[in-house]
Amino acid sequence: MLVIEGIHAFYGRIEALKGVSLEVKQGEIVTLIGANGAGKSTLLMTICGQPRGQGGRIVLEGTDITAMSTHQIMRRGIAQSPEGRRVFPRMTVYENLQMGAINVDPAHFEGDIQRCFELFPILERRRGQRAGTLSGGEQQMLAIARAMMARPRLLLLDEPSLGLAPLIVRQIFSVIRELNQQGVTVLLVEQNAFHALKLAHRAYVLVNGQITMTGTGRQLLADPEVRRAYLEGGH
Amino acid sequence: MTGLLAGLDGGKLLRHVLGAVLITFLMTSLIVGLELVATQTGLSLRPRYHIVLYCVVVVALGSAAVFALVERSWRLPMLVGVVLAALLLVPLLTGNLDSDLAFLLPFPVAPLNWLALFLPAFILMRAGQLAYASARPPAAAARRRELSRTGKLISMGLGLLLILAAFAFPVSPWGSRQLVDILTIVLIYIMLGWGLNIVVGLAGLLDLGYVAFYAVGAYSYALLSEYFGWSFWVCLPLAGLFAASFGIVLGFPVLRLRGDYLAIVTLGFGEIIRVVLINWYEFTGGPDGIGGIPRPSFFGLPFQANAPKGGGETFASFFGLSFDPYHRIAFLYYVILVLALFTNWFTIRIRKLPIGRAWEALREDEIACRALGLNPTNVKLAAFGIGAMFAGFAGSFFAARQGFISPESFVFIESAVILSIVVLGGLGSQLGIVFSAAILIGLPEFFRELEDYRMLAFGLVMVLIMIWKPTGLVSHRDPTIRLHPRGDGR
Ligand SMILES: Nc1ncnc2c1ncn2[C@@H]1O[C@H](COP(=O)(O)OP(=O)(O)OP(=O)(O)O)[C@@H](O)[C@H]1O
Ligand SMILES: [Mg+2]
Repeated sequence: MLVIEGIHAFYGRIEALKGVSLEVKQGEIVTLIGANGAGKSTLLMTICGQPRGQGGRIVLEGTDITAMSTHQIMRRGIAQSPEGRRVFPRMTVYENLQMGAINVDPAHFEGDIQRCFELFPILERRRGQRAGTLSGGEQQMLAIARAMMARPRLLLLDEPSLGLAPLIVRQIFSVIRELNQQGVTVLLVEQNAFHALKLAHRAYVLVNGQITMTGTGRQLLADPEVRRAYLEGGH
Repeated sequence: MTGLLAGLDGGKLLRHVLGAVLITFLMTSLIVGLELVATQTGLSLRPRYHIVLYCVVVVALGSAAVFALVERSWRLPMLVGVVLAALLLVPLLTGNLDSDLAFLLPFPVAPLNWLALFLPAFILMRAGQLAYASARPPAAAARRRELSRTGKLISMGLGLLLILAAFAFPVSPWGSRQLVDILTIVLIYIMLGWGLNIVVGLAGLLDLGYVAFYAVGAYSYALLSEYFGWSFWVCLPLAGLFAASFGIVLGFPVLRLRGDYLAIVTLGFGEIIRVVLINWYEFTGGPDGIGGIPRPSFFGLPFQANAPKGGGETFASFFGLSFDPYHRIAFLYYVILVLALFTNWFTIRIRKLPIGRAWEALREDEIACRALGLNPTNVKLAAFGIGAMFAGFAGSFFAARQGFISPESFVFIESAVILSIVVLGGLGSQLGIVFSAAILIGLPEFFRELEDYRMLAFGLVMVLIMIWKPTGLVSHRDPTIRLHPRGDGR
């Protein structure tokens, strides 16, 4: 589905990605873990063309998207729930969801929004409220729901559990699994490594802009180095 | 008495009323408080204290009443008390005012006159209150939502009322030639304000050269009628089209820029158009302008005293009326009224459509928009083009009304005035633009006798409104541009 080969990304002169290769297969949940500043968010953004990937290739469903502009890439069945949520604070929940569906056939809208409201009932109760006045967790749910409204085949989630209560975190992870069972391929970036690895079919570890380890979720969970760095007491 | 005052926050009331009084005092003392009189040594200014006092009292009472309503801590009897006090006080004061304020107070009896001043003051204050309430940080979210719902109802009712009044005005007893003429000018600016609002208020693009598109529209009609003899009604859509194409052509290179850069480039473009108009003498008449632009006809019936040369009827003869220049003035008024209302209707509609939503979203977070698959350049181009189109319509109407245009009419200050109308109205608020156009264009037209002093007053009023109502006179939605930073919106 998504193949990344030796991609580099720069912020000015800072090299945030130093030749990353990674693959996400159709129907998988792939988790990316790594310390703060490792380049995880950068990798997700580079897939979307901002910053633009250099030196390698990004291939989505057989098409090279490395040189495409962001809005073109985003119309090819990718959606991202970005780090820091980036909901539209002065628009209502409903309007935010409308924005998510802006490039989708309006015929799907009613059904899709019902599905979002089933996944996140709180959003239905808040539908007329401005997104900026939602709690952090509610905003996170909105960001995921908005990404879902674009009917993606590949969903990029950047720290969806950030700032959420443990109960909600479990709920979000079960939503991710549910979406995946419905056929959505997921690339997940998480600090909550334990949950994320348990959920994942496969996982990658990113250190300083380079992939250092890969394997199934179970393998990485059992790996002593991973356990020391990301699971026990952290960094 | 104490029962009535229970729950009243006296300090807050005092601050509220004093603030309103101070602003009224400053505004009125500059706008109406000074009279220009000719003395033997030249012109001098004579103060008119009584008018200032009068306005201050009216506003003080009005703002107190608004406070009572909004805070809901006052009981109804208190409100009645305020109104009664106003009823007693104001006619007392109006006693010797009638001659000075005759232009503002058209009624024969004092209480009606009083209502005519008190009600607008009241409504303005209420609008201000709403704006203030909706600008509160999210902590007051619940209350704010409720307020903005009543606010929406109020502005809808008020809007309908205004539209009805606007249609009835020329045929009402107050519809004098002078007033209808002034209102026509105000309506042009309301339309321009609504057009620019699409660009600035909805799409969040700061355009300092909006007058350029107004000029394109005006010259389109003037030139098309001069060279091809086409009528106003044929040229009107063409003028809009030309202006829109100019907008899009300009937009292509410019819309990649952001914020300040965009403002500077649009400002430059506005000046370029004007300089071209001045220098292309053979085509545009240069600084001499173009004269003899034909007036619009009523379905082919011209507004003239005598039938046109080739025979045929005039508006007056067709309807069996005696010729009266007022017909033409009223007709022009209705044309611009309909054009302006069309602009408004269009804006309200398009706001609900995906493109309107996209503008709003783009204003909030461009990167998030891109991540949703929007092409920001196209979305902005649409706003630019549509905004320019309405300026083009307004421009061709302007040319038709004036009968003469020259580059003089399209200087930078016009762009600044239109932008002020939009900003003062509360970015994105349709009704607010009506108020601010009335204040910024209508009042100075009324007080032409004060000459340059009115520009002083104009500046001061703008500064004051900015301090007092940083979100504009009416605002249900938060504006993009905020003069006072407050808690992080996210
Ligand atoms: N816009 C930017 N400009 C300059 N440098 C940036 C920018 N965004 C990220 N960086 C740098 O790139 C590196 C990778 O950042 P990135 O946000 O991808 O980290 P991350 O793995 O997502 O970290 P975290 O877990 O904290 O979210 C960091 O060193 C960061 O300082
Ligand atoms: Mg990150």
